[in-house]
Amino acid sequence: MAMLEIVDFGKRFTIHHLGKTMPAIQNINLSLEAGEFIGIVGKSGSGKSTILKSIYRTYLPDEGKIMYDSERFGETDLAQISERQMLYLRKYEIGYVSQFLSVMPRTTCRQLVTNALLEMGESEAVALKEAEKALAHFELDPKLWDSYPNTFSGGEKLRLNIAMATVKKPRLLLLDEPTASLDQQSKIKVREIIEKLKKQGTTLVGIFHDIEFMDGLCDKVYDMQTRQLTITKEVVIHES
Amino acid sequence: MLEEPILQVRNLRKQFGTGCMECAEVETRKLEKNFCKNCGTVYACQDISFDLYPGEILGIVGESGSGKSTMMQCLYFDNEVSSGEAFINTPELVSNNVFELSAQKKRSIRNHVYGMVYQNPVHGLKMNFSSVGNIAEKLIAAGNRNVGQMEATSKKLLENVHIPLHRMKEEPRNFSGGMQQRVQIAKALSNNPPILFLDEVTTGLDLSVQANVLDLIKVIQRDLGISMIVVSHDLAVIRMLADRTIVLLNGKIIEEGLTDQVLEDPQHEYTQQLVYSLL
Ligand SMILES: Nc1ncnc2c1ncn2[C@@H]1O[C@H](COP(=O)(O)OP(=O)(O)OP(=O)(O)O)[C@@H](O)[C@H]1O
Ligand SMILES: Nc1ncnc2c1ncn2[C@@H]1O[C@H](COP(=O)(O)OP(=O)(O)OP(=O)(O)O)[C@@H](O)[C@H]1O
Ligand SMILES: [Mg+2]
Ligand SMILES: [Mg+2]
Ligand SMILES: [Zn+2]
Repeated sequence: MAMLEIVDFGKRFTIHHLGKTMPAIQNINLSLEAGEFIGIVGKSGSGKSTILKSIYRTYLPDEGKIMYDSERFGETDLAQISERQMLYLRKYEIGYVSQFLSVMPRTTCRQLVTNALLEMGESEAVALKEAEKALAHFELDPKLWDSYPNTFSGGEKLRLNIAMATVKKPRLLLLDEPTASLDQQSKIKVREIIEKLKKQGTTLVGIFHDIEFMDGLCDKVYDMQTRQLTITKEVVIHES
Repeated sequence: MLEEPILQVRNLRKQFGTGCMECAEVETRKLEKNFCKNCGTVYACQDISFDLYPGEILGIVGESGSGKSTMMQCLYFDNEVSSGEAFINTPELVSNNVFELSAQKKRSIRNHVYGMVYQNPVHGLKMNFSSVGNIAEKLIAAGNRNVGQMEATSKKLLENVHIPLHRMKEEPRNFSGGMQQRVQIAKALSNNPPILFLDEVTTGLDLSVQANVLDLIKVIQRDLGISMIVVSHDLAVIRMLADRTIVLLNGKIIEEGLTDQVLEDPQHEYTQQLVYSLL
């Protein structure tokens, strides 16, 4: 099977105090193979983040299927899988990077990345070594390694975020606007990071408002507006 | 996954008061929150059921009076349940409803299987014993007799929670709130319990001390693999610590899920209120 196949997926939000139920997305169908990189595009509010968060179970999926080919559980519907199984997948198979950093307070940058590995059961020594390798890899200045990330710039926070997610070598990585609000220099870095991840065989789902920036990297683009999945060679991006 | 829960709780009920004709039937009773206006009975915990898995932190949130502490005290046998079952998945205890065990067996569970950190350190510590003495007391209860070894163990535990060596012989009543909580945690950990209950451990501590205690709890989970139930009305604390979260209202579970899901996509009207009011 494909690595990820989303079938007739839909998600609605019920806001009780407004007495309203709002369909956020409906009829989403897309699929990607292992090692592919898919970009999701669409205007603000079209439901891009909702798809990613539903894959990761931050949002409770309610219609359709999210089939994932798990190393541990085989073919599974992420919309139906138990909470414990989802926690397992988050630890070992699926990573999520948002544009915001939310971490334990007063924990140093180095410790945060180390912790991600300790939680997977790595030994202290290995975890520390791998963490430092990841921080260097994502070009975080060693001067920052022992400081608290709440003082970091947007780009530094993002690279730390990516380091924490990728140090665990997830098979499937979800990226929610990893280039938003970054300067050109940092954006180029993120592109390079994604390039490296792709070379390592990571399957990637990314949301980008400037998908052109990922030219040549994306294998497929899913357009929220047309509900079309295109192979990028022939991609037509609808202006929002 | 073939994973077994370490603790299973089924239909835990706790009422204060005998009930009356109007409130005896679960299906038809009309309560003011958790309270029968006719007879004054408080239904503090109503049919609480959940599983706790090895190595996980389960968060419990809910407003004041929702029954969080009562539930913890029932699990820890400080309070007798009105009805319900709890099963601990260790070879000696498996398939026994621990609520029905003898007082002696319950004491043994407290001494060997459970650790408890109370919201109020006064309930968890003897304020007129030294910190080392407090821990030694728990070690003795767990069957230790070697004085030298106990002192060494106590010091190690206190060191792990960052109580300076020169203050270990001091009585915790002289300590700050954060230090008292850390001594309580050291004491609760002294018998290597597989299950740890933490009731509002960071409430009332200032932010830097709070961060300290939260970090300590995370380290305990990671390094010792202890399963924990963490009660807090502070959603930030729950977000930081808990893998899964249960929301209590008027003694009932109204919602449960992965912590980030409960906080970002709350399903129940009350949970939405709770979450949105803090955004
Ligand atoms: N937690 C939530 N509760 C209620 N409604 C939500 C929630 N999250 C998203 N929505 C609604 O779902 C719709 C899709 O939102 P989503 O965040 O997925 O859009 P998006 O395409 O990522 O937009 P943007 O480009 O601005 O990030 C919006 O109408 C939004 O208001
Ligand atoms: N010994 C008691 N006798 C009578 N009622 C009690 C007793 N102990 C607790 N209650 C009642 O049981 C209900 C649950 O109380 P509990 O202390 O468990 O709440 P809680 O969720 O821990 O609240 P808080 O967040 O304020 O600590 C409350 O209505 C309380 O008044
Ligand atoms: Mg978005
Ligand atoms: Mg309480
Ligand atoms: Zn009554």
